[in-house]
Amino acid sequence: MAESLLVEDLRVLVGAVEAVRGVSFELGAGSRTGLIGESGSGKTLTALALMGLLPDGLRAAGRVLYGGRDLLTLPDDELCALRGDRLAMVFQEPMSALNPVMRIGDQVAEPLMLHRRLGRRVALAEATRALMRVRIRDPEEKMRAYPHQLSGGQRQRAMIAMAMACAPAVLVADEPTTALDVTVQAGILRLLDELVEAEGTTLLLITHDLAVVASSCDRVLVMYGGKIVESGTVGQVFDRPRHPYTRALLDAIPPVDEDLPDRHLRAIPGSVPGLGRFPPGCPFRNRCPNADGKCAEMPPLAVLGDHSLACWHPVEAGI
Amino acid sequence: MTVAIATRLVALVASLVVASILVFVVVNLLPGDVATVMLGTNATPENVAALRHSLGLDQPLWLRYLQWAGGMLHGDFGTSVLSHTPVGPLILQKLTVSGPLALLAAAIALAVSVPTGVVAGVRYRRLSGAVLSALSLGGIAIPAFWAGLLLATVFAVKLRLFPAGGFIDWTEDPVAAARSLVLPAVALGLVQAAVLTRFIRSAIIDVQREDFIRTARAKGLTRWQALQRHGFRNAAIPVVTILGIQITSLLVGAIVIENVFVLPGLGRLLFQSVGNRDLIVVQDLVMLLTAVVLAVNFLVDLSYRLLDPRIRTAS
Repeated sequence: MAESLLVEDLRVLVGAVEAVRGVSFELGAGSRTGLIGESGSGKTLTALALMGLLPDGLRAAGRVLYGGRDLLTLPDDELCALRGDRLAMVFQEPMSALNPVMRIGDQVAEPLMLHRRLGRRVALAEATRALMRVRIRDPEEKMRAYPHQLSGGQRQRAMIAMAMACAPAVLVADEPTTALDVTVQAGILRLLDELVEAEGTTLLLITHDLAVVASSCDRVLVMYGGKIVESGTVGQVFDRPRHPYTRALLDAIPPVDEDLPDRHLRAIPGSVPGLGRFPPGCPFRNRCPNADGKCAEMPPLAVLGDHSLACWHPVEAGI
Repeated sequence: MTVAIATRLVALVASLVVASILVFVVVNLLPGDVATVMLGTNATPENVAALRHSLGLDQPLWLRYLQWAGGMLHGDFGTSVLSHTPVGPLILQKLTVSGPLALLAAAIALAVSVPTGVVAGVRYRRLSGAVLSALSLGGIAIPAFWAGLLLATVFAVKLRLFPAGGFIDWTEDPVAAARSLVLPAVALGLVQAAVLTRFIRSAIIDVQREDFIRTARAKGLTRWQALQRHGFRNAAIPVVTILGIQITSLLVGAIVIENVFVLPGLGRLLFQSVGNRDLIVVQDLVMLLTAVVLAVNFLVDLSYRLLDPRIRTAS
């Protein structure tokens, strides 16, 4: 069963530097939200913060409301009871995210033993079914395999089986296909789609592949410099982007229907500044074609119905 | 798996052969010989030559090597030139002192280092972790013989809880024998524990940063559960490597500590035999230590296979 998750003014502090700088959004029950942006824009830290999985030394502030409780202030034992059961996460790199010295079966069965209080044998049988659901071939054999004996795609399927084992209400998938061959990416995404659909799970999908968001999400959050600079439905944001950063991201996609040799890809000038090196005011202004003196002040988030953006000089719709 | 073990066994045997040649050559290259030592400074060259002949020392090196190595294969380790006793039983008898000493020291080292290393690793960002870490650094800085002298001063001389040295044989008084091993074993074990604690601590710190620990936490395991179920076995892989090396240094430490506590073990025997140029005993003892080191390395190799399925299936 799906439940909504509300993030209010989430901040992640790396020492004295804010890497995520006041992010607010809502994941509606059963909705699918894409979180996009370049590497270094704070997507993964946002995801880890709302799962309570930030690395040692990083602190989160703000509120993450789920089922009437603030996950950021929840005692560790209560958070542990939610994680893996109601809240689950799929990571980017399935090789390092799986324990190299434990059989796949035991790893997939673990959340079932923990949250469903199943005995080992029942949990293993259930885990075999979970592997079938993610369409791993020869599930019985793969149950006994170690992670290094699986292909990249199979490993990520096993990760997904593990995350979905307890039919979570909210699933956070952090670039689940980035580490995989292009040929297996589509299959993994289709699988995620189906499982989330079947369980009615609320999905937060982090990616820098805009096509993935367009095909499997209904809402998009565009993140840059630790802030959400634009958000809305997939139709609004992708068809009529208003923030110059969103526009630049979309322009950087090579068109499939044009002759490539004649056309230079429009890359975003410059690169993402390091942590704490973003300019004051609008974080994008040093790379933005529309920037002027006014951008030294951080633009407020303007809400236009369902569509919101933070920019002093938005791109005209439709251009 | 069996093929891999067989390959390792062949390598072990080959290493033993090479080691025996090295040991033999090095020991026989030592200046001075037993004949001169036995006859004293007033010996005439004729007397020395006669004694050398009767001891077989005038035979070519390769022949003496073959006699020695061939003898060991039959369990004949030669006869001590000075005491005229067969070396095999002599070593066995000394082992009843050194063996328990080394085992007890190893047990103390593990019993101390595993819990402190894990706690220091888990709490490395807190004061308690830093204190344990500082203590272990201090432990590394203390040589075993000095630790032995300190322990002897406090527990033997001042408190009179344990003997400061000497050894009463197991057959005479087992309790007294065990008591005289306590202080040397603690001295040896604590110094070993300090080194091991450092390695266990850093293995635990490293493993906690691994992605699969984060995955385990994402499944709902607590920090400690994640470490226990997913961390320990992975952290054990680097620790086992060090354990192999540490057992070697335990043997070396035992030689020193036996001399500090006047224990009639292998270490003292080695020390005296070197001084007396009783080469056959030195040769046998060095060979024995080498064999133990090689055997430990063999076991370390095998334990990797048990711990890490990636190595197991790659072969």
